[in-house]
Amino acid sequence: MARIRVEQVRHSYVPRPTREADWALKEVDLEWADGGAYALLGPSGCGKTTLLNIVSGLLHPTAGRIRFGDADVTASPPGERNIAQVFQFPVVYDTMTVYDNLAFPLRNRGVPEARIDPRVREIAALLDLEAMLPQRAAGLTADGKQKISLGRGLVRSDVNVIMFDEPLTVIDPHLKWRLRSKLKELHQHIGLTMVYVTHDQTEAMTFADHVVVMHEGTVVQVGTPVELFERPRHTFVGHFIGSPGMNILPCALDNGVARFAGQPIRTANAVARAPAGARTELGVRPEFVRFASAGIPVRVAAVSDAGRHQIVETRHGDTIIRLLVDEAERVPADSAHVSFDAAFTQLYVDGWLAGAGAA
Amino acid sequence: MSTRTVNQKAWWLVVPVLVLVGFNAIIPLMTVVNYSVQETFGNNRFFFEGVKWFEMVIHSARFHDALKRQLLFTAIVLAIEVPLGVAVALAMPRRGAWASVCLVLMSMPLLIPWNVVGAIWNIFALPDIGMLGWTLNKAGVDYNFTRQPVAAWATLVAMDVWHWTSLVALLAYAGLSAIPDAYYQAAKIDGASAWAVFRHVQLPKMKHVLTIAVLLRFMDSFMIYTEPFVLTGGGPGNATTLLSIDLVKIALGQFDLGPAGAMSLIYFLIILLLSWMFYRVMTLGEAE
Repeated sequence: MARIRVEQVRHSYVPRPTREADWALKEVDLEWADGGAYALLGPSGCGKTTLLNIVSGLLHPTAGRIRFGDADVTASPPGERNIAQVFQFPVVYDTMTVYDNLAFPLRNRGVPEARIDPRVREIAALLDLEAMLPQRAAGLTADGKQKISLGRGLVRSDVNVIMFDEPLTVIDPHLKWRLRSKLKELHQHIGLTMVYVTHDQTEAMTFADHVVVMHEGTVVQVGTPVELFERPRHTFVGHFIGSPGMNILPCALDNGVARFAGQPIRTANAVARAPAGARTELGVRPEFVRFASAGIPVRVAAVSDAGRHQIVETRHGDTIIRLLVDEAERVPADSAHVSFDAAFTQLYVDGWLAGAGAA
Repeated sequence: MSTRTVNQKAWWLVVPVLVLVGFNAIIPLMTVVNYSVQETFGNNRFFFEGVKWFEMVIHSARFHDALKRQLLFTAIVLAIEVPLGVAVALAMPRRGAWASVCLVLMSMPLLIPWNVVGAIWNIFALPDIGMLGWTLNKAGVDYNFTRQPVAAWATLVAMDVWHWTSLVALLAYAGLSAIPDAYYQAAKIDGASAWAVFRHVQLPKMKHVLTIAVLLRFMDSFMIYTEPFVLTGGGPGNATTLLSIDLVKIALGQFDLGPAGAMSLIYFLIILLLSWMFYRVMTLGEAE
């Protein structure tokens, strides 16, 4: 087991990349500590699967290095990296039994049968697959197959990291939750490094200690779920995480004070001035917007019931401001005023959190 | 509650199909059945003979020999074409311009009419002026497919392999193309050797198309007529007289309609039985 470092990795699927858009990954630096639970979160096409496949060795990066501990594994094939990967669609060897599926990686590595048998049974017990060992793997349900894929990674005692590429895509909703809890439980039980790729924020936030948010081939933020929620480093993170996402409001900057709707807005962070021509915006989550007796004048446009909360859509001019209010709270019928919680209102310059420095 | 009107009028809609099938399949087939139990001495007069022709065919040494030749030919052809076709499919590029080039090249032999294939190989193999025959003889091999049974068989098998391996290759290629990349990636991570990937990923995923390929090649090779007829005409002697060639000799050469009818039906039943056996063996263990 080892710490994993991704150093200045760039990747392009075209042979001679010329334009910025040719790069699927535009320089990524990351470090994953041994035994951590990480999620790679981002929309489709953001490069998260590319990054995962580069770490596992299925793809060779155009530039940059991958290190496991001190060893440079950039040129090593996946079989030598001691990694395990669970794919979006369950991969099982149809003609084999569940037992043979689990034993397959060990047999390929020449492990004697006497050592394979206890190991396979141990892992099967861990995954609740014991009863199915003699069955043909082809006959299992999707979640059973995904467990086998995972089990083939777990049987090897030399595994550095287990990687999951959207492993719950084909699983029924009511089983998703169970399988995810199982993964979490496994992580606590065996302490292996796990990297989980998903576009689903709930999956990422519930699984991982640290979430890596990716957007258009770059890493925009690495942080705990709470950090991502309270202090998004980029408006993309603010908008992508949360339901509904962060309100992003164009604002002016006047001597270090943000002004929106002609009023000064107190923010958690501040800069004296933005570079000429830069875009300045306020970011505030709907959770931190309240109806007030005075403040920014708005018109209530729509109210939707989200169970314990109501999502209220209001407008100030053309700008939409969303609020999340308690189900019991009475929503004003038409005109109202809203105010922002200053501790969770952030100033963004050209998309990045002001004062924190880009990338 | 819904009320349903029950009547049988819809059967009338099936009548055109029944008439067509009856006209072009059932009646001609029944004519053969009819011939197989009768004897005629001309003048369109027939006498009922029961199962006499069937008994005669089943006990005839000539039929036995043709059947043995047929079984041997089919066995050799399957043993070569199926593994070779799979090997070709594995070697074909999966993507890019070369994939299309290979596909077109592989389809070429399948587009040539059967009698033309026979003619091509006949001329190609002629010992005095054919490129193959001439080269072999110049190279010191005594080769004359019109006189030597072994040479005739070798040429016949080579021609069939040339003509039909493509079919197996294309079907196997279709099966291979349908395997998602994740299987290869997982196998890599599991440390599987190339053989293990073939044995546990590619072969199981190709199983269905290979079942079809084997059945098609079995039936076609068991019924083969045109190519050997043009190439050797069943000779030298009766060396390459396969079942269909023998059948045509009896039916149209000797005009023995009774024995030919009986033989046709026995021939048909053998193909049906063997196809069923192939299918059962190849789908064994799937009915769980």
